[in-house]
Amino acid sequence: MDKIVSALITGLAQGAMIALVSLGYTMVYGILKLINFAHSEVFMMGAFIGLFSILAFGGQSSPLVAGVAGTLCAMAFAGLLGTLVERVAYAPLRARGRGKANTRITPLVTALGMSVLLQNLAQLLFTARYRGYPQLLPIEHTRKVIFVTAVVVMVGLELLVHRTWMGKAMRALSVNVEAARLMGVRTSRVISITFITGSVLAALGAVLYCLDQSQVYPTMGVVIGTRAFVAAVIGGIGNIPGAMLGGLLIGVIGEMTKLTPYSGLQDVLIFTALIVVLLVKPTGLLGKQAIEKV
Amino acid sequence: MLGRRRWWMAVAALGAATLGLCGCDNKSKEAAPGPDRPAAPGASEPWKVGAYLSLSGAETQFGIETKEGIELATDAINAKGGVKGRQIKVLYEDDKSNPQETNNKVLQLINRDKVVALLGEVSSSRSKIGGIVANKYKVPMITPSSTSPEVTQVGPFVFRVCFTDDEQGKLGAEFVVKTLGKKKVGLIYASDDLYSAGLAQQFKDAVVQRGGAVTIEKSFPKTETNFTTYINELRDAKPEIIYAPVYYSSMVPIARQAKAAGVPGSMFVGGDGWDADTLLADAGEELEGAMFTNHYAPDVPWPNAQAFLKAYKDRFKHEPTSLGAMGYDAALMLYDAMGRAKADTPEAIRDAIAETKGFEGATGTIAIDAERNADKAVVIVQIKGKKFTYYTTVNDKPAAKP
Repeated sequence: MDKIVSALITGLAQGAMIALVSLGYTMVYGILKLINFAHSEVFMMGAFIGLFSILAFGGQSSPLVAGVAGTLCAMAFAGLLGTLVERVAYAPLRARGRGKANTRITPLVTALGMSVLLQNLAQLLFTARYRGYPQLLPIEHTRKVIFVTAVVVMVGLELLVHRTWMGKAMRALSVNVEAARLMGVRTSRVISITFITGSVLAALGAVLYCLDQSQVYPTMGVVIGTRAFVAAVIGGIGNIPGAMLGGLLIGVIGEMTKLTPYSGLQDVLIFTALIVVLLVKPTGLLGKQAIEKV
Repeated sequence: MLGRRRWWMAVAALGAATLGLCGCDNKSKEAAPGPDRPAAPGASEPWKVGAYLSLSGAETQFGIETKEGIELATDAINAKGGVKGRQIKVLYEDDKSNPQETNNKVLQLINRDKVVALLGEVSSSRSKIGGIVANKYKVPMITPSSTSPEVTQVGPFVFRVCFTDDEQGKLGAEFVVKTLGKKKVGLIYASDDLYSAGLAQQFKDAVVQRGGAVTIEKSFPKTETNFTTYINELRDAKPEIIYAPVYYSSMVPIARQAKAAGVPGSMFVGGDGWDADTLLADAGEELEGAMFTNHYAPDVPWPNAQAFLKAYKDRFKHEPTSLGAMGYDAALMLYDAMGRAKADTPEAIRDAIAETKGFEGATGTIAIDAERNADKAVVIVQIKGKKFTYYTTVNDKPAAKP
């Protein structure tokens, strides 16, 4: 029993971290119907900048200052990078494709391209070496911080989307971008802000993830990116509480598998869960059936 | 409109012309050296030895350290007058840590440069590719640090100076059961990693043969970073020691999370995948007292190792890793064989390498066995005060001296 409880706690912390990253996927998808594959690389870049700034702010000698300032730096940088990716790789395509029928696949391809580009850029700039984060907090405390941060962020995001003008604009865009533009919404600004929010949260997740358990290396985004993406899909992509639920579910399933002798199979189990969910409810657990206009 | 189109056509034509020119140029360059080049170099000409390494790409660090080891060995031999009165010239090629590139570079070294022997690659997958080519053209090759058993199985021209993973797993078990006297062993490894899973399997079989038992076994996908649950499981099963044949990149989070869960670093025994400065920097404190099987330790008391260490530090201004030491040994063993060879041909050198016995290198006394693998002792390294220190050597074959 003790084992199960402790695995559950680890799983929830792990899941909260995945959920933070999966928000970026879900928000961008909700508004643009685009799966931003470069998101996992924004996560990775955030982790690198987080490490460099934590070290620059003194690392272990002043853990609180370094941790907070480093995280803020990483978040600021990731926000910039997120907008940059959007401006370079997606906005021009959106402008050109306006009014044309098949505009989904091209941004998807550039997203993949951007992901590869950023990964290789990181390898060039930072080399393929694994770099460890300094331990600012004991692991138990880091996990509590992760969980609390994730919950606070989730509540904040729900408030942003449902209580502010910007949130209203986001929701308007998710229904129909063209109509929103005609109603006077500055769509490109709203899209930018969506990208910034998602990227900032990815960087927050990245720093917390690395402080808890990982080292930084150029391909680290792939691992966590895949899980976060699966979490977003399981929860119902485009749905913010869905992403949270999906993340927690994946975290807990993963940890529970580790208690069995089949501990090497957790990814298999996670993807099986994905398939089962999609077979039973193709829109994901909390996804709503989209109303098709005739 | 028309103007623009014409302009584009002009650019395209120019491009095509340039390409054509380049093509011709390449061909003429390639054609020239072939026929009028002497097949066998004269007595005063230097020996040409080829080295293909990852001097850029993912495994750059390993490639560079190996190259430093080879340079050190080559300069030492050349300073003593070379081999059979001829200097040695090593031609380095960068395979960019890339399998396709490896094939090209090895072909270039053999066909264009006519090298008499090859030294190459850290990674087993690339050594295997290079080995297949070397074997096809009958040029002997020694790999300094590829431990996969498959590498030397490609044919009679491929050798190694490091031990194989099979050997390492067995000797790891020998050390745990016989030297440390621990019978109840826990095991944690990456199930989807050839190195880790292979070592774990060898270790497990060997522990059982020696009267021990693996009481708990946990495997994880190699991308895993959250080990808390695994460690709790291992801790609760109360093994006497935990064998963790994983890369240092997994060992850092394992060590940190183990310490948080109350499992001391001294509970862990690992393999040569631990041998990285990063492990010391990021988890040195957590792993205080842990031990692992390795090729080499900086403070190993053998005179050859100490001489190597001093020369290396004087020249490159940093501590050598086992990669540097194995690059050094691979080159020296090759030059030793070239000196003993009955003729100056690649075939004769191959036969001389195959007869190597009692070769004293920086990583121990090496004999080449019938499978062209190095028969040598395994060094046990202990982590003490954030440093790798020599603990003991293990050898289960009484024939070879440690």
